[in-house]
Amino acid sequence: MRASNPFFLYAFISVVTLFMLAGCSREPMGSGNSGTAPGGAVRLQGSGASFPKPIYEKWVSEYGKIYPNARVDYQSTGSSAGIKALQQQTADFGASDAPMTDEEMKAAQGGEVLHIPTVLGAVVLTYNLEGLTAPLRLSPQTVVDIFLGRIKKWNDPKIAADNPGVNLPATDITVVYRSDGSGTTSVFNDYLAKVSPDWTVKGQNMTLPQGVGIGAQRNDGVMGQVRQTPNTIGYVELTFAKANDLPVVALKNAAGNFVEASIESVTAAAAEALATTQEDLRADITNAGGANAYPISSYTYVLAYKDQKDGSKGKVLADFLWWATHDGQKFAKDLHYAPLPPEIVARVESRLKLMSSGGTPLRP
Amino acid sequence: MKQTNTTGDRIFRSILFIAAALIIIVVISMIAMMASNSLPTIRAFGLDFIISSEWNPSDGAFGALPFIYGTIVSSVIALVISVPVSLGIAIFLTEQAGPRVARPIAFLVELLAAIPSVVYGLWGIFVLAPFIREHLGVWLQEYLGFISLFQGRLTGIGMLTGGIILAIMITPIITAVVRDVLEAVPTTQREAALALGSTKWETTQVVLMNAASGIAGAVVLGLGRALGETMAVTMVIGNVPQITTKLFEPGYTIASVLAANFAEARDPLYFSALIEIGLLLFLVTFVVNGVAKLMVTGIAGRGGAVAG
Repeated sequence: MRASNPFFLYAFISVVTLFMLAGCSREPMGSGNSGTAPGGAVRLQGSGASFPKPIYEKWVSEYGKIYPNARVDYQSTGSSAGIKALQQQTADFGASDAPMTDEEMKAAQGGEVLHIPTVLGAVVLTYNLEGLTAPLRLSPQTVVDIFLGRIKKWNDPKIAADNPGVNLPATDITVVYRSDGSGTTSVFNDYLAKVSPDWTVKGQNMTLPQGVGIGAQRNDGVMGQVRQTPNTIGYVELTFAKANDLPVVALKNAAGNFVEASIESVTAAAAEALATTQEDLRADITNAGGANAYPISSYTYVLAYKDQKDGSKGKVLADFLWWATHDGQKFAKDLHYAPLPPEIVARVESRLKLMSSGGTPLRP
Repeated sequence: MKQTNTTGDRIFRSILFIAAALIIIVVISMIAMMASNSLPTIRAFGLDFIISSEWNPSDGAFGALPFIYGTIVSSVIALVISVPVSLGIAIFLTEQAGPRVARPIAFLVELLAAIPSVVYGLWGIFVLAPFIREHLGVWLQEYLGFISLFQGRLTGIGMLTGGIILAIMITPIITAVVRDVLEAVPTTQREAALALGSTKWETTQVVLMNAASGIAGAVVLGLGRALGETMAVTMVIGNVPQITTKLFEPGYTIASVLAANFAEARDPLYFSALIEIGLLLFLVTFVVNGVAKLMVTGIAGRGGAVAG
């Protein structure tokens, strides 16, 4: 009995191995010439930004209902991880809130990268101030001064000037910012640098002078601290603020109007920025002109190679992106994303038509 | 122990050996991986990495001192609060209380250890932080406000809140180890002290003296736990890389900065800096835990020898 134990073990291992091998070979390898060909399910693997995760999941499930053979898995690993996954070709597509830089595009192993904007988002300022009935109004330089610690009290004349007739408390302001690297911070930094030469922080992290603020992780962390701590101001994603009914600041835009972030004001910002939007759609639409444009708006992107190695996968990806930027847009509003303006959709079409595999266009 | 030579035993032995060897391989490969990945920052900054206090990833400034400082200060606050309490509980349980009282209290202390740290964090945000902001902090500033330690803005989020949360989290482990150590002190010593006419307090002093190195070990084990704790601390410490002597001001710990920034470290140097911070934490906890183990086994071994 004792001596026979190892033989049982070996027998067990070999049986398990056999089953695993059999299982593998039965796995569909996506060998059909079209992604939607009957019998050949194609799986796409994407990873990246966490901000668009709810809408991507919605799209995946809706698209799956129409084309059951196309399976898309999206992992929200963060924009940087998404870019890395695309560069090293460990995912079929990447996703990022900020467009890739020229150096990052050069480091991509699979050739030229296309930026496909999918929806729009915005960064909003949320606050915890007792006794305020109307939304707090702030102008850009005031926001910069608050975040730099130059304005220390809520009843500062600069804040009062934007809020005539509002009784502001004489309490200290505490800023709550994102301590983790994030696309939200990146967009916010970008905006602040545009409206004021005093703002020198760039990229996905925020660095504040001593004694100005406290850091929190992710949107929920910032929301938690702002809700819990009186006299605070912080920034979160619009979708997050809407879903949680947070009070948000009406921000003075480039045209001089105080605008609250909404689906309409964000789409307006994108439409206003059309003229300056580059051919490759790597657009920066913060501080856009236009009477109703919300100034801290941004696109979120799917990143895909222009030349798709695997034809069937490439076809599914191109079809999926086409659907998402057309029919899929109607799901955006319910999830508090702003849909793409029609002019951008037209330009997305011409980008998607560039996608090819082995020289054959995937969307002729 | 006699070794038999049947085939079955031989295979059994080698499987056990592989299991044991695996843990050594894991530790070594972790150190090797972290060391090789932190080479870029070690080359770029050298010692400056540890002594510079400027942390600004977007400008490529990586000074880890604020994190080292925050980790040490929050852990020290935790020890200052937790050690007297844990000692009190352990002495009460072993020297004073009868089993009917001791058992439920010991159970409750162990229960504290089983609560997930994110729950501690939530409790910290929703209960402890408002309490400090509205009561404890106000009181401290009113009566001890002349000490710079207690000056500054009261947001409820900061070094002190982080330290208090940590104190609660490390109390179970310190209590449990001190209890074991006290129980390892042979009863003969207590009997001898009592026979010489000592009071209960004097007897306890004798026991404590005998257990001193084990108690020190327990404290260091608690310190090891406090150094590496991530989630709960991140939620209440304020996450600002600054060095300040004011306890109500926010700080940042090594574990928190790692947890917060790994996913988005886009720049290779930034990534390398985070790995090097992780390596620092790993080495420190490694040493701290090693020292603690030596101290604890010291007392247990001695106690056993006396008893035998």
